[in-house]
Amino acid sequence: MSTETTVAEVKKPAEALLSKRRKKLISDPLVDDNPITIQVLGICSALAVTTQLQPTLVMAISVIFVIVMANLTISLMRNTIPTRVRIIVQLAVVATLVTLVSEFLKAFAFDMYKELSVFVGLIITNCIVMGRLEAFALGNKPYDSILDGFGSALGYSWIILAVAFFRELLGSGSVFGVPVYDTLAGFIGDDFSFATNGLMVSPVGAFIILGLIIWVQRTKTGYVEH
Amino acid sequence: MQQSNAYIIIFSVILTVVLGLLLSGTSQVLGPMQRKAEELDTKKQILGAVIDADQIKAMKPDEVLSFYENRIASKVVDINGNILEKDADGNPMVAEKVNVGKNYKMPADKRMYPVFIFHAEGNPDEVESYVFPVYGAGLWDEIWGYLALQTDLNTIEGVTFSHKGETPGLGARITALNVQQRYQGKEIFDGSGNIQSVVMQKGEGKDYSSDPHKVDGLSGATITANGVNDMIKNYLQHYSAFLEKQKSSQKTEMASLN
Repeated sequence: MSTETTVAEVKKPAEALLSKRRKKLISDPLVDDNPITIQVLGICSALAVTTQLQPTLVMAISVIFVIVMANLTISLMRNTIPTRVRIIVQLAVVATLVTLVSEFLKAFAFDMYKELSVFVGLIITNCIVMGRLEAFALGNKPYDSILDGFGSALGYSWIILAVAFFRELLGSGSVFGVPVYDTLAGFIGDDFSFATNGLMVSPVGAFIILGLIIWVQRTKTGYVEH
Repeated sequence: MQQSNAYIIIFSVILTVVLGLLLSGTSQVLGPMQRKAEELDTKKQILGAVIDADQIKAMKPDEVLSFYENRIASKVVDINGNILEKDADGNPMVAEKVNVGKNYKMPADKRMYPVFIFHAEGNPDEVESYVFPVYGAGLWDEIWGYLALQTDLNTIEGVTFSHKGETPGLGARITALNVQQRYQGKEIFDGSGNIQSVVMQKGEGKDYSSDPHKVDGLSGATITANGVNDMIKNYLQHYSAFLEKQKSSQKTEMASLN
């Protein structure tokens, strides 16, 4: 860290911990600048892990951890990172964090590790992570970077959770592994039955749900691609 | 800002060393816990073939281990069904330590084949079922599992499957309980005593309850299902000598009892 920035900070009154600008860092990526639906990043994992809610939730938590920590680390190092190798440095930091997540899952949540092993590794190539590092963490202070990373990760998380909810409900007839239709049949009577849709289990189902979410969202916000 | 080459190299070296130390340190610290989790997982899989999954879920890790200790006896046989007492280094054979995946790389007649015997508590002779490990290739990576046969050595008591990298929601469903339950009560021998195995069919949603050699398939995961079929058939054949021996010894026991 250079002394320059600290001097500048002393001059103006300290910004509130959650000032308007900082709140925007978190809230913008949720809808108006959502990484998946607006920036169309991280689609691959959004299609792959979202067949069921439980692995999706673990994936979301892992991505939140990785983005926030990577943003923090890169932001702390931003004035020392040589410009010419910055992408490799970012990649090394992200890969380390992802490996840590994978190791911890293996030690403490072995069942999850078995289910998610491939996809946790693929967080490294999640464009959202690298995107936030390049676009934000390299040029902003650590605390702002944490907020920005958290916002982007939340934006990513709620979308994949929403997709997973519909895919699991329509494709497997359950929510978080609880068989909804069978339970409903227990209340209403055995006449109640609902055929599960195999399309929802395949990645095509995720495309459809994602497309519908984007449609609804853009109708509401009036966002148009230029 | 342009940095000198020396700065870049030094920065890279420091970064590499720091990250390397961090990773190897974590691996060292978490290693024992990971191995314990793996061992517990293996034992859970073996038990999963013979007792209810809910029952295992309700047990704490220590309870699983002690239950395993009390109810499972194990031995290792070769392709001819002969019991192997010592491993290659002359140490006593431990079936739990036999790595089925590593053995898979050897020719079939050189492999070691563990057999896990589920028996009544406190009496290893009162066999309730035999559990055989199976191993093969799925779509992306290895798949493996355990297949339990009832004492008639024909009817399947239960199976458990695991995989390394099958597609979640598709091939990975071989670990799902409702898929594994489809194997219960199926038979591996045909009427004339040849191994016919149990084959997962293409497509999903049909009723195969009248056919003892067919089970409902996995929609969207045909290659994984084929892998499962191959692995079961291969290993049943590898164990066929042991099965025959066990059967004939059962017959002589019966005869002597009469």
